[in-house]
Amino acid sequence: MPGKLKAKIVAGRHLPVMDRASDLTDAFVEVKFGNTTFKTDVYPKSLNPQWNSEWFKFEVDDEDLQDEPLQITVLDHDTYSANDAIGKVYIDIDPLLCSEAATVISGWFPIYDTIHGIRGEINVLVKVDLFNDLNRFRQSSCGVKFFCTASIPRCYRAVMVHGFVEELVVNEDPEYQWIDRIRTPRASNEARQRLISLMSGELQRKIGLKILEMGGNAVVGYLQCFDLEGESGLVVRAIGTACTLEKLINPPSNAQHTANSSPSKDIKEPVFGEECPSNPLSSGPSTPLRAPAFSFSPSKSYSRQSSSSDTDISLTPKTGMGSGGSGGKEAGPLKTLLRQQTQTALEQREFPFFTLTSFPPGFLLHVGGVVSARSVKLLDRIHNPDEPETRDAWWEELRQEIKSHGKALGCHAVVGYSESTSICEEVCILSAVGTAAVLNCRFLQDGCLDALTEHRLSRQLPLFPSGSDKVEFDLGSSASLGCEDLAPPGCGFCHIPYDELNMPFPAQLSCCYCCRRAKVPDVLFTTIDLPTEASILGKGCLIQARLCRLKKKGQGEGNATCISSLLPFMEYELHTQLLNKLKLRGMNALFGLRIQISVGENMLVGLASATGVYLSALPCPGGIQIAGKAPGDLSYEQHVSNMQRKINDTINKNRELYHINPPEVVEELIGSPIPEPRQRSRLFRSHSESSDELSEIDLSHGKKDAFVLEIDDTDAVEDIHSLLTDAHTPPGFFSCNTEIMPGIYNWTSGLQMFSSVRVFRLSNVNLTNQGLNKIFSELCENLLKSLYFKLRSMVPCCLCHLNFTVAVPEDELIQVAVTAVAMSFHKDQIQDSNKSGDDRAPMKVITENEDQLQFPLELSAENPQPLSSAKNSGPSDGSAGGLARASSAERASPLPDGRSRSLRSTRSFPGSTVAVVKMTPLSFIPGAKIVKYLGIINMFFIRETTSLREEGGVSGFLHSFIAEVFAMVRAHVAALGGNAVVSYSMKECVFMENPNKNQAQCLINVSGDAVIFTRETELEASSTQPQTANTQSNEDTPA
Amino acid sequence: MSVELDVFVGNNTIMDEDVYQLWLDGYAVNDAVRLRMETGALRDCDVSSDVVHSDTMDQFRTFHMCEKLLHCPAKLGNQLLFQIPPQKQAMMIERYYQFDSAFAREVLGKKLSKGMKKDLDDISSKTGIGVKSCRRQFDNFKRVFKVVEELKGPLVDNVKRHFLLSDSLAKDYAAIVFFANSRFETGKRKLQYLSFQDFAFCAGQLISYWTVGAVDNMMEDMDVDLEKEFLHNLKDLKVLINDKDLLDQHKSLVCAQLRGKIKVFSEMEANFKPLSRALVNIAAKLTHSRDVRDLFIDLVEKFIEPCRSDKWSVGDLRLFLSHYSSTAHMLETFRFEPIWDRYMGVIKSCILKMYHD
Repeated sequence: MPGKLKAKIVAGRHLPVMDRASDLTDAFVEVKFGNTTFKTDVYPKSLNPQWNSEWFKFEVDDEDLQDEPLQITVLDHDTYSANDAIGKVYIDIDPLLCSEAATVISGWFPIYDTIHGIRGEINVLVKVDLFNDLNRFRQSSCGVKFFCTASIPRCYRAVMVHGFVEELVVNEDPEYQWIDRIRTPRASNEARQRLISLMSGELQRKIGLKILEMGGNAVVGYLQCFDLEGESGLVVRAIGTACTLEKLINPPSNAQHTANSSPSKDIKEPVFGEECPSNPLSSGPSTPLRAPAFSFSPSKSYSRQSSSSDTDISLTPKTGMGSGGSGGKEAGPLKTLLRQQTQTALEQREFPFFTLTSFPPGFLLHVGGVVSARSVKLLDRIHNPDEPETRDAWWEELRQEIKSHGKALGCHAVVGYSESTSICEEVCILSAVGTAAVLNCRFLQDGCLDALTEHRLSRQLPLFPSGSDKVEFDLGSSASLGCEDLAPPGCGFCHIPYDELNMPFPAQLSCCYCCRRAKVPDVLFTTIDLPTEASILGKGCLIQARLCRLKKKGQGEGNATCISSLLPFMEYELHTQLLNKLKLRGMNALFGLRIQISVGENMLVGLASATGVYLSALPCPGGIQIAGKAPGDLSYEQHVSNMQRKINDTINKNRELYHINPPEVVEELIGSPIPEPRQRSRLFRSHSESSDELSEIDLSHGKKDAFVLEIDDTDAVEDIHSLLTDAHTPPGFFSCNTEIMPGIYNWTSGLQMFSSVRVFRLSNVNLTNQGLNKIFSELCENLLKSLYFKLRSMVPCCLCHLNFTVAVPEDELIQVAVTAVAMSFHKDQIQDSNKSGDDRAPMKVITENEDQLQFPLELSAENPQPLSSAKNSGPSDGSAGGLARASSAERASPLPDGRSRSLRSTRSFPGSTVAVVKMTPLSFIPGAKIVKYLGIINMFFIRETTSLREEGGVSGFLHSFIAEVFAMVRAHVAALGGNAVVSYSMKECVFMENPNKNQAQCLINVSGDAVIFTRETELEASSTQPQTANTQSNEDTPA
Repeated sequence: MSVELDVFVGNNTIMDEDVYQLWLDGYAVNDAVRLRMETGALRDCDVSSDVVHSDTMDQFRTFHMCEKLLHCPAKLGNQLLFQIPPQKQAMMIERYYQFDSAFAREVLGKKLSKGMKKDLDDISSKTGIGVKSCRRQFDNFKRVFKVVEELKGPLVDNVKRHFLLSDSLAKDYAAIVFFANSRFETGKRKLQYLSFQDFAFCAGQLISYWTVGAVDNMMEDMDVDLEKEFLHNLKDLKVLINDKDLLDQHKSLVCAQLRGKIKVFSEMEANFKPLSRALVNIAAKLTHSRDVRDLFIDLVEKFIEPCRSDKWSVGDLRLFLSHYSSTAHMLETFRFEPIWDRYMGVIKSCILKMYHD
C-alpha cells in the first residue's frame, strides 16, 4: 500500500442552470480514482454550491497513481429521472509524486463537458501521502522528473546525460469499437479521453522505469505523440533524453539580468570571467575531433525488464503486417536490416540520440548536418495491444537508418532528434529527423558538468555581435582560459566532422572564416537551436519552403508505393527551395529545421520551416544567377537580366534588412552575387521502401551549377516566382522558429503566446502542382501577414518558435496550425555592427509595467482621444459618430512608440481573483527566473458539437475550444501553484466537420512544463537582497 | 477556393478597443471591416481587407463569447476562459454598459417590458443608432432595472456594486431605473426639447432628496420610490395659495427682495400669483401617483412656458426661485418650512436645469 491519495471538494461556481423550472441546479460531485468512487452530498438549488466535503481517501499502489488520473464528475441530482452530468475534471496527480515538484493541488478547475465545453468551475484540493517502498521489482517510477523543455532546465545542473529513451503503448481506439454504435457521443469521447490519459500515464511510468534502470532521475526533451490510426488502433509513443539532474541551490541570478539590461561589449569580459572558474574545458583531456570508439557509459549495464514495447532487435518483424511499401522488394531492406542488426547487436542496443535542441557550451563539438529517414507503412489492426512490436520495429528501422546516416557523416551522435507520423486512412508516413553531431564525451560520462549549470548566461549575450575583429577578441580570451580543445567556441561546431579526403558526398569546403584552422562547409542545415556560443552576423529570419504534390487516390500497397516514390522528389524540392531562399537572404545556415510531409487522399503537402542565419565561420553565400537557354534573342535576354537584377536587388535589400555585413576582406567575390561553382547539401535522406540500400541521394543538382536557374524550365520560373513573392515581414517585426531570434538580446517582459488555425478549401477545379503550390504558399503567407497585423502593437517584436503544422484532413482541405510566442524587445539596444541610423531613437524604457506589455493593444486607449469622453458627456450622433471615433483611435494603435504613454493611473479593480498564468513555447521567460519546475502538463481534450451553426460555425466552435484548452491548462498550472507554462506546444489539433449534419469534432493535445518564475527587476540588480525577487513575483500575480 | 476556418486565440485575449466599439455599435463584420479600412488608420500598415476581415472576425467572436459574462460583470473577474487584465475588464464592462443619450432619451420613463422591443426599430431609425446597438442598450436597461429594483440601499451604489460601473455611468443608470420605476412622462411634444442629461439631473435630485433613502440611508427601504409620507405632507403647502393673506404677504416679500434686481420685475409682479399657484398645485398633486408621472410636463406647462413667454433670463429665474423659496420662512403663519425646503430645493434645481431652449 504505497500511497494514499486524498481529495476534497470545496465548492463550485458559475454552474449551468440544469433545472429550467427553478433556474437552479442541485449539484453533487463524484470523485473517482481507479475503481473507487466517493460522492458528496447534494447541494440543493444553487449555481454556486458550497460542498466543503470531507477528505475522500484512496489507498492505492503507486503504479496506479502514475497511470490513473483523478476523475471528478459534477452531476445534477434528479429525483425522478437519471442524474444529468454537468461535466468532468481530470486531474493528473503525477506532479504530486515527485518530491521536488508540487506538494498540493488546490484551485478552481473548469468543469469540462465534451459536448458543451466549459460549464462552470469547481474548487478542489488534492494531496498524496507516499510511503517509502524499496521494492526492487516495483513497476512504478515515482520521482522521475519529466521535462518537455529540450535543454537542461533552468534551475538544474546536469550531472550526466545518459541518452535516448523511447517507449510506446498501443490500444484499441474506443471510437472504433463496436460499442460506439450504441453509446452517446459524450460517452465515447469520455472513454477516449480517459483511455488516452491512462495510456500516457502508463507511458510515462514505463519511460520512468527505463530512466531508473539507466541510473538517471529525469527525462528532458520529453516528446509524447498520439497516432490516431483509426480502425487499427491508438498509439501513444514518447521519446526523450535521460539525464541525471541536480537542483541548483543558489543559482547565480544577476548574470542574466546584467546581460539583459546592457548587453554592450564592456561587460563581456567580466561575464567571461565569471564563467571561467567553472569551465571544465580547462581541465579535461583533449578530445579528438572524431571519436569512432565512442561509447555511452550507461549502455553496458543497461538491461531491460519491461517487456511491452522494447525495440528488441532480435525479434523478427512480422513482415505480413504492413511493411509492404513496394511489394516484392520488401524482403530486401528487412534482410539488410536484420543482417546489420545481428552484426552489431550489442553495440546498437542504444541509440546515440538526443532530443535536446540546445546544449551547454562545449557539449557540441561538431555538427555534420541534418539526417532524416522516412518510411511509408500500411496500417493493420493491432492484434495484441500488449505486444506492440510491429510499431516498435518500424521505428527501430528508422532509427537504425538515422544512425547510419550519422555515421556516414562522421558523427557518433544525433542531436535535435524527433519523430513524427502522418496518417491518412491506412497509410502512415513515419519520419525521423535529427542533426548528426560529434559531442564532447566528457559530458556524457562523469559528473564534471559544471558548465551545464548556467548556460543561459551566455544565451542572451551578444557574444559576437559585430565584425570579425570582435571575433578575434573573443577567440583570444577563450584561448587564454587555457582551453585545450581544438575547436574555438564561436565556430568549432561548424567544422566538419567527416574526413576531408573521404567525404560522404560531394561538398565544397573552405577554411573556417573565424579561426582558419579547420574546414567548414559552405552551408549548414541543422535541427537544433543556434548554439549560444555561435558567432553570427546580423539577425536571422524564418525561412519556409512549401510544396504540394497531387497524387492519385489509391488503396493499399499501390497507394503506399505511390507515396513513397513521391517522397524523395518532395524532399529534394523542399530542400532546393530552402537553399534558394537562404541564398536570397544572404545567409548561410539553417537552424531548427523542421520538415513536415503530410499525406492526404489525393495530395501530399510538404512544409519545411527553419531559421536562417549568417554564421561568420562559414563562407559568404553566393547569389543566384539566372540563365536563359536561348541566347541571341535580345528581348529574351532583356527579360533574363531584368529578373537577375530583381534578384540581386532583393539579396541586397535583405542583407540590409537583417544587418548582414560580411567582412569585406574575406574574398573578392563578396558583394556581387556570383554563383558558386558547386553546391552540395547536408541533407541525407532515404526511404526504406524505395530501394534496397540506404540511399543517400545527393541533393546537389548533379553536375550542374546549383544556382544557375534556367528559366526555360517551368519549374525554375516557378521557383524564381516563389522566391520573389515571399512577403517581407513588416517593419519592426522579426520571426524565427528557434527558441530565440539570433541577433536580438534585449527582450522586454512583454509576451503573447497564441495559436492560430486555418483550413482552406480548394475548389474542385482541376489543379496543377504549380497551382496548388501557389495556393498553399499564399495560405502560409497570409497567415503570417494576419499574425503581424494582430500583433502590430507589440513592435518592435519577434515571433519566436513559430511552429507550423500542416494537415490534409479531407479531400480538398488543407489545414495549417501555428503556435508561437510574440516577444517584444527594446529597440534602442539592438546591437549590430552596421548602424543604419534611421530608427535609432533613444528610448529609455527599461522596465515596464507588466500588464501594459502583456496587453499592449490597450495602449491605444490611453490617447487623449475623445472616444470615451464623447460617450460620457453627450448624445452621440449614431453611425457617423462611430466612424469618427474609430478613426481617431485606430490611427493611434499601431504606433510603435505607444509604450511611452504607459504612465497610467494604476487604479485597482475589484473582483479579479484569477491568477495570471503565462504560456510560452520557449524554455524560458525573458527577464524572469524560473525557480521551480512543478511537473509536466500533458492534456488531451475532445470537443464535439451537434449544433455547429449555433456555436458560430466551424470557426466559432474551434475558437471557443482552443480558448477552453488554454483555460484548462492555466487552471491546472495555477492549481499546482505555478504562474507559467514553458515549452508549451500544441502537438495535435485534429479537426473534423460535417456541416451537412451540423456536426464537428476536434481533438487537441497540449503539453508543457508548469513552473514558478520570479521577475528579475532593476531593484534586484542594484540591491543584493534576494528577497526582492519574491516580493516582485507576488505583485505580478495577484492571488 | 475559400478559407473555411480561421481562428486566432491568444493566451492573453487580444482586443482592440476600436473594434470593440464597432461591435458595440452593432456593425456587421463586413461593415466594420469597411469602416476600419476607410478610416485610413490602417493605411500605414499596408494590409489587405482579407487580413482586416480575419482580425475583425476573430475579435467579434471573442466579444460575442464575452457577452454572456458581461451580462453579469462580476463573473468576468473570476471566469477562467479569457485571460484579461483587470483594467481591460473594467474598460469592457464600462463600454458595454455605455449608452447613447439619444437612445436613453427615447426610452426614458417607459415601461421596460418586452413590448418595447417593437419600438426599438423605430427608435433606431429615428436616432440613427444601429438596431443591434439599441437592443443591447435596451437589454442593459432592463437587466440593471431587474437586478436593482428589489435591492435595498442607495440606488447608485447598488448599480455600481452589481455592475462594476463608474460613478457617472452608475448615476445615469440610477436615473433610468428611477424614471422607469416611477414612469415619469417624458415623451410629450412639449418635453422634446429636454435632453437625457436634463432628466438624469432631475432624477438625481429626486433620488437625493425625495426618496426614503434620502432622509435615512440606513433604512432598509429603497431608493427607487419617492417617500409616500413626504408626498402626502406636500398637501399642507396648499395653505400658501389658499390663504389669501399669506399669498399677498409672500408676494410682497419676494417683490421687496427682487425690486431692481431683475429685468422682468413687472412681469414677475403681475404673474406672481399664477406662478406661485402653479408650483404649490404641482406639489399638492404629487399625492396621486398618476400626477407624479406628470411632474415634468406640469413644470413645463405651468411654470417654464409662462416664464419663457415673458422672456425671463436664467439669472432672473434663479433669483426669483431663491427668494420665492427663502421668503416663505418669513411668513409668520407658515409652519411647514422643512417640507417646503425639501420640495423647493429639488423643484428649483430641476426648473433651472430644464429652463433652456
